[in-house]
Order: sequence, then structure tokens, then C-alpha cells
Amino acid sequence: MLYREAGQFKTTYAEDMAIFPISQDRIALAVLLGIAFIGVPLLATFHIWPFGSDYLLWAILLPFLILALAAIGTNILVGYCGQISLGSGAFMAIGAYSAYKLATGVHIPLAWLGFAVSIPPLPVLASILLGGLIAAGVGILFGIPSLRIKGLYLAVATLAAQFFFDWAFLRIPWFTNYAPSGSVNAPALDFFGLIVQSPIERYLLCLLLLTLMALLAKNLVRSNLGRQWMAIRDMDIAAELIGIRPLYAKLTAFAVSSFIVGVAGALWAFVYLGSWEPLAFSIDRSLQLLFMVIIGGLGSIMGSFVGAAFILIVPIMLNLIPTELGVPLSTETITHFEFIIFGSLICYLLIKEPHGFARLISIGKEKLRLWPFPY
Amino acid sequence: MIALGQFLEVLIGGLMSGVLYSLVALGFVLIFKASGVFNFAQGAMVLLAGLALVRALDLLVANGFPLWAAIVLGIGFSAVIMATTAWLIERFVIGPLVNQDGLTLFMSTIGVTFVIEGAAEMIFGSDVYPLRLFPTDAWFVLEGLFPGGILVNKLDVWGALIAGILVAGLALFFQRTKTGRALRAVADDHLAAHSVGIPISWIWFVVWLAAGLVALVAATVWGTKLGVQFSITFLALKALPVLIIGGLTSIPGAIAGGLIVGAGEKIAEVYLGPSIGGGIEYWFAYVLALAVLLVRPQGLFGERIIERV
Amino acid sequence: MPSIARNALILAAVMSGAVVSAPASAQNEQFIPILSYRTGPYAVNGAPYANGVIDYYNLINERDGGINDVKILIEECETGYATDKGVECYERLKSKGPTGAAFINPLSTGITFALTEKTAADKIPIITMGYGRADSKNGAVFPYNFPMLGTYWSAADIAIQHVAKELGGFDKLKGKKISLLYHDSPYGKEPIPMLQVLAQKYGFEFTPIPVTHPGVEQKSQWLAIRQNRPDYVLVWGWGVMNSTAVKEAAAVAYPREKMIGVWWSGAEPDVTPAGDQAIGYKSLMLQHGAGRFPVHADIEKYVYAKGKGSTEPGKVGEVLYNRGIVNAMLGVEGIRKAQEKFGQKPLTGEQVRWGLENLNLSEARIKELGFEGMLKPIRISCSDHEGTRDGRVQQWDGKSWKIISDWYTADEALIDPLVREVSMKYAADKKIQPRECSKES
Repeated sequence: MLYREAGQFKTTYAEDMAIFPISQDRIALAVLLGIAFIGVPLLATFHIWPFGSDYLLWAILLPFLILALAAIGTNILVGYCGQISLGSGAFMAIGAYSAYKLATGVHIPLAWLGFAVSIPPLPVLASILLGGLIAAGVGILFGIPSLRIKGLYLAVATLAAQFFFDWAFLRIPWFTNYAPSGSVNAPALDFFGLIVQSPIERYLLCLLLLTLMALLAKNLVRSNLGRQWMAIRDMDIAAELIGIRPLYAKLTAFAVSSFIVGVAGALWAFVYLGSWEPLAFSIDRSLQLLFMVIIGGLGSIMGSFVGAAFILIVPIMLNLIPTELGVPLSTETITHFEFIIFGSLICYLLIKEPHGFARLISIGKEKLRLWPFPY
Repeated sequence: MIALGQFLEVLIGGLMSGVLYSLVALGFVLIFKASGVFNFAQGAMVLLAGLALVRALDLLVANGFPLWAAIVLGIGFSAVIMATTAWLIERFVIGPLVNQDGLTLFMSTIGVTFVIEGAAEMIFGSDVYPLRLFPTDAWFVLEGLFPGGILVNKLDVWGALIAGILVAGLALFFQRTKTGRALRAVADDHLAAHSVGIPISWIWFVVWLAAGLVALVAATVWGTKLGVQFSITFLALKALPVLIIGGLTSIPGAIAGGLIVGAGEKIAEVYLGPSIGGGIEYWFAYVLALAVLLVRPQGLFGERIIERV
Repeated sequence: MPSIARNALILAAVMSGAVVSAPASAQNEQFIPILSYRTGPYAVNGAPYANGVIDYYNLINERDGGINDVKILIEECETGYATDKGVECYERLKSKGPTGAAFINPLSTGITFALTEKTAADKIPIITMGYGRADSKNGAVFPYNFPMLGTYWSAADIAIQHVAKELGGFDKLKGKKISLLYHDSPYGKEPIPMLQVLAQKYGFEFTPIPVTHPGVEQKSQWLAIRQNRPDYVLVWGWGVMNSTAVKEAAAVAYPREKMIGVWWSGAEPDVTPAGDQAIGYKSLMLQHGAGRFPVHADIEKYVYAKGKGSTEPGKVGEVLYNRGIVNAMLGVEGIRKAQEKFGQKPLTGEQVRWGLENLNLSEARIKELGFEGMLKPIRISCSDHEGTRDGRVQQWDGKSWKIISDWYTADEALIDPLVREVSMKYAADKKIQPRECSKES
């Protein structure tokens, strides 16, 4: 009864094609955005529960927003276009290091040509977005093998990107501006004179970018391009037969995905870590993103959010609960339990609902439509 | 002459380390062949097998058992642990997930990895436990021909011998025994196999058990090399390119892939590494795999992928 | 399916409850967070260190009833040596207790880099004893970083001094080949600029050889070493990398006597897995080594006798355990110093920072604390957050570490220009106005 679309008539084409055609969805979204954009900052400014300390903002919400963005990017490639990638971490790294180079000024000495290419330091926002674009370019390059290699073989092939860039950012001092330790520091987050410093400002910055990108992604996947991706995913040969160019479809998916992941990487480095090394974007990060996408639901933007929240927050909670409840366990045992429970939980979810949280949400909607009647 | 001697040394060393990777890769192949599961947990299974073995061994020796008896009993204990693990995985994870797509199965084995890592360290401890089953020093051969000789590590030779025996044994098992034939039937088409009366869950249990035992063998060699400790799980990442080059479904392919990766990465590291900064072997193996895949998308010895609409 | 949804809801409810329920704590307690790693690839080295830290805090509570009657309240958080987990742990623990964290001690160079900016903003000192960023010695730019007892640049200089002594003089270094086998991370890379400076000064040939994390595969590195035959190999490893390096050295018949590890490559877990092959391997000492001193007797008496020990009594006195207690002691003494100025009550991180910066442990005081023979006098100041840069060299004889050298003191004249250059660059990047140390009281 609550979630009933009966009586909501679409009288124009535009209404029919709206992103959220059902008014309940629009209301739910508005409430969610209201909480995120107004509620959280208000509570945080006045340090009202649960924002008594910065912990929730710094250690949960901020990484959640950034990883959710990366998960959306990964989902476009894996969930919508069906190309399994274990290299998302590398594309985050490319976004981060490109943005870093652009924000601190690029200088490429071309000694054999007798001149040097110099780009003055760019503003932070431009660097982050251009960092995403560079990641997109590299993504296209590493997407080319996908035209020939498929499935799990492709997944392992994308690891080549992962390990290559892990190495490149460690070993080529140019990327780190010759920092002796190879660890680099983000520049001050100056957005047109506004310095983003406090946790709440960082949160709002990420939230804003995330909202824009999510909206972009949501629109993209229901466009012509998105439908091409899904056709390729469902059966690439059949898609080719009905006139979809696999080259174009796959490479655009790689480009868009890498762009979003790259921006997320730049945010992770600039806004969350502030100072980082390539290990921040290791294979573990790639696997973590893939988990978010699969637990959240392949081919669902909403699912990426839920998946990111689950994969990020559950281990932290499993680690926190025993201490908070005062259970006398050593941190060692707690961590072992965290591993065991988290692993079991993943297996349990995959068995019970292989299509992830997105499927659970749509089942929930079905139930709400009928509620309180059984059918 | 010196340069040639050095090259041979690097080549032999590389081929040998490649075989050691193959020991881990074999477990992947077994499971992929029989159930289409890309088993990321193989590295964790090596850790579990190694910990069970070394802890049992230490306990038995401390209680006055002679070394040979302790080794036999320790290996037996570890095998029992691996059998239990195989049964648990089949019963609670792979069985219920039958017919899901490859990606879901792959992710579920990462879940299994977490569980095994947590449980193994919780039960058997997270310290480093030395294991000395094989000699670890080196021979210097052909000293007359090359100054300084060519270094051959004894442990590597043992590893290669064991890998050879293992592959021969597995080949016999697959070709000659009834269970082996049933395994191949299940690998071909598990529904058809089921309909002619092959007990699928039993077969899957056998496969996971075989992978567990391969993990145990890998653990004896790698445990001697590194000491049994958590870092052994990272071997899974070294085994992946081996697997891909050989083809996911080919047992001899795992050995061939190992040889190619081992020789390739060591030669690259020693001869190419210094000029571009070193530490290139990790990605070099993967780039090598990528190059092979571009030519043969199913790996060198993998079954041809036939696509139908 | 609804059952999962319901379970998930219950789980979520439990979790959200868990975040907010703050533990009740008494008022007269000083909170000290402990970031440790007892799981994962580096657990072998992380666990004994954390045990030492915890045992020393327990000793202070059990024997003295706290620091001048202010009890120490600790909470441990597992980082797994991962930077993002470390940041999460820091955020989780930084404002616990009546006055927040007194100081933080991440035991990971990666986490140190990630926290440097955050701790300065939160006004919580970060003690990185024998690790961390070498440029943070300059307290004018890094008011909250304390790389006490020695940075990697000091370590590099001490190692070369020892090599020179073995060779019979600095002039003998000329034309020698020295390789650095290092963990490919900020930790392993830190000594490189210093070693390059030294190579230029003394005219030896310096080759850095990276080992990819976690260091289980080093065959090609050692084959290269066998071919290149360097006169010395410095080892900058951590975790499994150390023992693997010793084993591979044995396999290629490189003399272990010519290997010198940094002080993080010179503990029991680094050599015992290699068995007899490790005999002769040398490493630097961060002043102290293994062994038992008066403070250990107190720990046995007040902590282990009461069943509150955190490890097996046999492991008390191992190298990393001892490093843990030294580290804990420096922190406690910093708090004690700060109490002289701010009163005997729980202090904030900012107040503790003053205490650390004015820490001055004389020989007599070190003896009083039961650390005689482990440490030399330490004096921290605004311009020198390292305090002392002394080290010795020890050698593994198959059963225990034996000290084989006198004290070396790293050459400030060499290190300081590099510290100034790198830290000033950081200040410029971050737009930090360095303090004027002459005006600090």
C-alpha cells in the first residue's frame, strides 16, 4: 500500500522518462539527500549524537563516500558491461598520482628534443577531474585486451595493470616529485579560495562530487550507451550480431569506469589520506571494490552504495563490538574472529542472494507494494 | 664465458622457482577443471596445511617421538585437517552455489580465504614456525667450465622432483582410475554426469581434497623455504600468471606455465631490472601472461573456448 | 529472503548501538592508544613489540599506581600494518579517555606518513622511535613528530661507520661496493638519500636493490648479488623479508658476516627461521639489544607474577619486546615531564607534546628507571626531536645476539643539511610557518 504507483499517471514523454518515475522513490531520495546534505552537517557542527567526535565523519562517512564512488565506477565496468576487472585499485592510483602531478606542476624534460614540457600547477578541482581523465585514457589502453580475452582470464590480465602501476609509482621518482621516501603529500585543498580543511568540509566536498557522479552514472546506464554495455554483458556475440560495436562499447565502458574510479582515487589520496604511498591502492583495494560491487549487486547504482557500506563498515563493526561490549578478548582473537565472521558472512550472502543487496531492495519494494496484504 | 655461466645460473634458478610456483598453481587447476571454480583460497590452504603440519610436528617431537614417526604422523594430521576443510567447503559453500556464474564462485572463494586465514591463525598461532624437511643449501656445478660454478639450490631440485611426481601421479589418477574418469566427466558437464549416476558432491569433495593435499605438498616445500607463516598466502598471487599462461584446465600446463614465468621473470629482473629500477618481476609475470593471452585467449594448453549464441 | 533482511536490520541496529556507547571511565586516568599488528604478514614482528609496550604500561600501573598516581588507561587497535586501517584506528582512539590520546605510536612508517598531518591538526604527538620520517627530526616544522633515538638517516650513517671500522678506516671505503637490499615502501626507501650522500663523500659504489612487499621471493636479487659481489649488503627489511634474505644469502653462499641489517632487521624472528644459516649475520642496534635488565625483574615481579603478562615469560627480553618497553618508557617519561608543568592530572596531547619536547633523561635517571645498559642519555629539544643518534652493532651466534662494537654516533654535520632541505620543502608544500626554536621555552 505504501509503495503503490497506481494513480501516478505520466502525461508527457519527459515524465515517463524521468530517472525516478515513481513519486515514492523521489521522496525517499529527497529525504536521503536532505539528511546527507543538511542533517549531517548540522549535527556535526553542533556535535550532536552520533557526531560527538569526528570518528563517524573521518573514519566511516568519508571513506564510505569515496569508496562508494569507486564502486560505482567499478560497477559500470563489471556490472553493466560484464568485464571483470581486478585492476580498479591501479586506476584509483592513476587518478591519485596524475592529480598530484597536475596540482604540483608537471615538468617533462625532453632533452633529446631540446626543450621541456612544463605545465604550471593547476587548481585542485581541475587536477582531480583531469586525473580522472588520464585514468580514463589509461583505462582505454588496458581495455584493449578485453576485445580478445574474456571472463576470468581477463580478470587475471587486468592484474597486469594493477602490478605494473604499483611498481611504476614506487619506482619512477618523477611521479612522486623525487620525494626521498616515495610517499607524497597532497597539496592544500583550495577550491576557488575556499580551503577545505575540517572533516565536515571534506565530507561535503566528497558528497557533492559523489552525488553529481552518481547522477551522471545513473543517466548514462539508461542511455543508448548503457544499453549497449548491457547487451555486451548479456551476450557479446549476440550483441555484435544486432549491430553493437564491441570495440566502442567495451572501450567506452573502460573509459567511463576508469574516469570515475580515477576521480575516487584522487579524492582518496587528497581528501582522505592526505599523504600516501602506492600501497594505499594495492590489490587488496581492487578486491575490496569488486566485493562491494558483487555484494551490492551487479548492475545497480544503488547497490554500489549498499555494497560499499557493507564491505567498509562490517569489518570495523566486528572489530569494535567486542571492545565496546567489554568482552575480554585480545585484539588478536578479535581480528581472527573478524576475518572468520566477515568471510562467512560474504559466503552466506552470496549463497542466499547471489544478486546482491540490489535484489534484496527490489524484493523489499515488491513486498511494500502489497503490504499489508500477503498478495 | 662468465656471462654465459651467469645466464645459465639465472635461467636454471628461474626455471626451478617456476616449478615451485607450479606446485601452488596445480591446486588451482584441479579445482577449476572439476568444478569451474577459480579458487583464490589455494594460498590460504597452503598456509593451513603448513601450519597444521609444523605445529603437529613440533608437538610430537617435543613429546619424544622419533623424527620420522613425527613427520609421518604430522603429515597424516595435516591431511585430515585438509580433508575436513574440503568437506566443509563443499558442504557449505560450493555445493549451495552450484550453477552460479564464475565471478560469484570466485568471490565466494575469497570469502573462504578470509575464514581459513582467520581460523588457521587462531588455532595454530600467528608466529613464524621453521620447518626443515629438505636441505636448503646449494650445489655449485660445472665449476671446471665456469668460474664460480653454476649455483643450483637443493631445495629447488627437491621441489622440481616432487612436482614431477605429483603431476605424474595426478595424470595417472585422472586417466586410469574410476574416480579420475568420473572427475573428468563432471568437469565436462556436471548435469550429464549427474544423470548417469556420478555422485557430484562426492566428486567435488574428492577434488577439494586433492587440492588440499597438493597444498600440503606445496606447504612442505615452501614452508622449508620461508618458514611457515602468514606470508605464504601471498603465493596465490605468484601462481596466478602461471595458471593463466598454462591454461586454467591443464595440469601439464601448470608446469609449463611455471617454467615460462619463472625463467622469464628472473631473466627480466636480473638483466632488465637494474636499468629501469628493479623489482619488476611481479608485474613482468603478469605482462607475460597478458601477452600469451593475446595470442591464445585460453592459455597455452587450455581447452579451446567455443562460444555459441 | 525476508529473514535475511530482518537479520541484517537487527545486525545494523546492534552495530549502530555499538558505535555510540562510550565506555565509562574514571576521571584520573591518562589514555594511551596502542596501534599494533598481531595478524597478517608482519605479525611475527608486531606482536612482541606490542607485548613490550603493554607490559610496561601495566608495570607503571601495578608498581607505581600510575604516573604520579594518574593511572594509565590503554586500548589496543589492530592495524595489520595497513595504512587505511591505521588511520581508522587513530580516529577511533584519538579522543577516548578523559583528555584524549596522550600520544600515538603507529609502528609503521606508512601510517606515520598518513598521520603526520592529522596529528598536527588534532594536537596529538606521534612518537616514532627508530622509524618514521627522517625529516621530522626538525621539530620546528614537525612540532608533533618525535622520531626519538634514531632515524633511518642516522642508521645509514652508523652502518657505514661500522663498515669503515671493519675495513680499517674511512679511506678504505673508496671503490668498495655496498648494496642496500630494501623493502620497497617508504620505510625501505628512507635511507637511500643519506646513503647516496655518504657514497659521494667516501667514494664507495652504492646500489639499491628493491624487494617487493612482502619479500617472499628474493631469488633474482640474490643471484644479482652473487654476480655483482658487493663488499657489504645492508638489509632494510621487515617481517618475512629479513629471514628470507638470510636464507637466500646462505643459498648463494654470500657471507652473512658481510650483511648488516637495520635495527628492524635484527630481532629473533628474523634469524631463527634460518637456523644455522643465520650465524654471523649482523645488525644495528637501536641502542638496546636483547637481554634482561633491572626493569625486566620489575616486570616479572609486578606484572607476570600477578598473571597480567601479555606474552610467555620466556619471550621477555627479546629485541622487539625490549624496544616496546623502551618506547613505552619514553612516552611515560614525556607525560611525567609534562606533569611537572601542567599538574598531576590527565593531560591533553598538546601538554604531553611539551613534555616530550623537554624530555631530558640523564644517566642517573635511566639507571633509576631500570634501563641502565640499554640506553644512553637522551635530550629532546625543539630543533632536535631525535634526541640522540647512537647505535651499536650486534651479531647472531646461532643462539643469541652478541654485541660486537662500541657506540657509534651518527654525524650530525652530514644529516642536518638533508633534514633541513627535506623538511623545509615539506613546510613549503604544506604552507607551514616553521617555529623559531630559539624562542621556545
